[in-house]
Amino acid sequence: MLEERYNKLTIQTPEGIEFSLLLAGPLTRFLAWILDCLCIQLILSLLASVFRFLGLLNLDVASALFVLGQFVVGIGYGIALEWLWRGQTLGKRLFRLRVMDEQGLQLQFSQIVLRNLLRFVDQLPLFYLLGGLSCLLSSKAQRLGDLAANTLVVRNPKPERVDLDQIATGKFNSFRPHPHLTARLRQRVPVEEADLALRAVLRREQLVPQARVELFDNLADRLKEAVQFPEEAMEGLSSEQYVRNAVEILYGADGSHQR
Amino acid sequence: MIIDIERFLRQEKPYWVELEKLLETLESDTFHTLSLNEARRLHYLYQRTSADLAKLRTFSSKPDLRQYLEVLVGHAYSQIHENRARPLRLAPFTFLLRWFPQAFRRHVNAFYLSLAITASGALFGVGAMLLDPGSKEVLMPFSHLMQDPRERVAQEENVKEDRLHGSKAQFAAFLMQHNTKIAILALALGMTWGVGTILLLFTNGVMLGAVATDYLVAGKGLFLMGWLLPHGVVEIPAILIAGQAGLVLARGLIGHGDRANLRIRMRNISEDLVCLIFGVGALLVWAGLIEAFLSQYHEPVLPYAFKIALGLSEWILLLLWLVWCGREKDAQHA
Repeated sequence: MLEERYNKLTIQTPEGIEFSLLLAGPLTRFLAWILDCLCIQLILSLLASVFRFLGLLNLDVASALFVLGQFVVGIGYGIALEWLWRGQTLGKRLFRLRVMDEQGLQLQFSQIVLRNLLRFVDQLPLFYLLGGLSCLLSSKAQRLGDLAANTLVVRNPKPERVDLDQIATGKFNSFRPHPHLTARLRQRVPVEEADLALRAVLRREQLVPQARVELFDNLADRLKEAVQFPEEAMEGLSSEQYVRNAVEILYGADGSHQR
Repeated sequence: MIIDIERFLRQEKPYWVELEKLLETLESDTFHTLSLNEARRLHYLYQRTSADLAKLRTFSSKPDLRQYLEVLVGHAYSQIHENRARPLRLAPFTFLLRWFPQAFRRHVNAFYLSLAITASGALFGVGAMLLDPGSKEVLMPFSHLMQDPRERVAQEENVKEDRLHGSKAQFAAFLMQHNTKIAILALALGMTWGVGTILLLFTNGVMLGAVATDYLVAGKGLFLMGWLLPHGVVEIPAILIAGQAGLVLARGLIGHGDRANLRIRMRNISEDLVCLIFGVGALLVWAGLIEAFLSQYHEPVLPYAFKIALGLSEWILLLLWLVWCGREKDAQHA
């Protein structure tokens, strides 16, 4: 599974249910920050034009407001957006990141303010070196501001939509007449293997012929270990067709799994 | 174990959708409060969805559905298990008259420490100026302070025109943002186990001590008081309170003598830190206005007696504010 490559934080609720959060790494966060910096620059240039116009009326007050505006936007951008968009700035939104409470609880205003004010120390000596190092070394990928505010930044990957036409065998699936065995297949095949089989089916056209045969042979063998279908269901099935049948069963090609 | 996944989905989906909608309402409106029935329904839906997620875990396929339910359960969990007070609506008067002074008093020992560090810095500055007047070049924070105090006072008292004419607001804005940045830095440097905050407070003290000694030795104490008191009595305590916040943060980080873990320690102080730094911001806005509009004008434009009296009254008001405001609520807090 793709998620395995990333750090995870698993939270167990008192009801005994576990849910996991994918932690964002320093690089994605840095890119999101660069985007936020560009947004801040854009807002400041808009402010500059407004205050240039106001300067015609009173130059002193307009310059004062601009100086304060720069300061407020620079500090308030992150605080305001993370508060309004529940943990996201524009950059974080585009990179599908979100600030969350370390325990999965509600993000409090004080946490948002604290993590944003502590950027002053995270960005020392330059380009967020201290924050980046802390993010790399901390088990929950937290910069110093996150440590103080008990927050973390998680990734919200877009749920992948499965191309149903690719999975559907387009013809009769010989596994379907055996509901007890298909149920067992769903139960016994681990999520990772089901995912692997699905990806193999989706990418089968990109494989060289020999690799394709070998891969589907291996996958079919693994799946056969999980459930033994009767002879009549297996008759004339190549390994690839076997895997496609199984994937169709596992992912419910009738579309019911689509939200 | 789920035998018939289609039936399971048909049966459970309406509950997930209902929970999703309820959570959306709660999350989009921070001030929304649930009725008793709504709260019961939320709890029921949360438990039911949690049970569905547990069932789905025994099921090998539908990772996207599992992810969806995990997100849903995660959101519901954050609503149900949160026991911190809901954020209040913007209440500047309650903040200024109650929360800020209360937060200050809760951590008053850190303020005393901040004061002691600045005072030792000031003593160092005094010593350095007395023992080695040549160190003035290194110790003075701004170039205009390099001048001999007697010359500067003579110049300032003979100024014929308003140097800040047409730029007072700009100067005030510059001071506000510059000092607030220093204050935030004093807080943030608490994350260096307080070392950064201590250094910042100490150097601030050294500069103060050096400037004061320079003027006092030159016999210009009256000018010094008239110049510094109107804004200094607010600005200096503001930086001390920012240092106090930095030291509170450092103590939370180090956790000496506290059995709670880092997460709990930080959780316990985060609101107070934000209160302190917002209070400091408010003080620095006032100090910036006074410094730009009043402090730079000396006799004969503004009599020193007036400036000193203004400074002293500000100081008394600040003291009363920090010591007395919101006092009757302290006992309830404790």
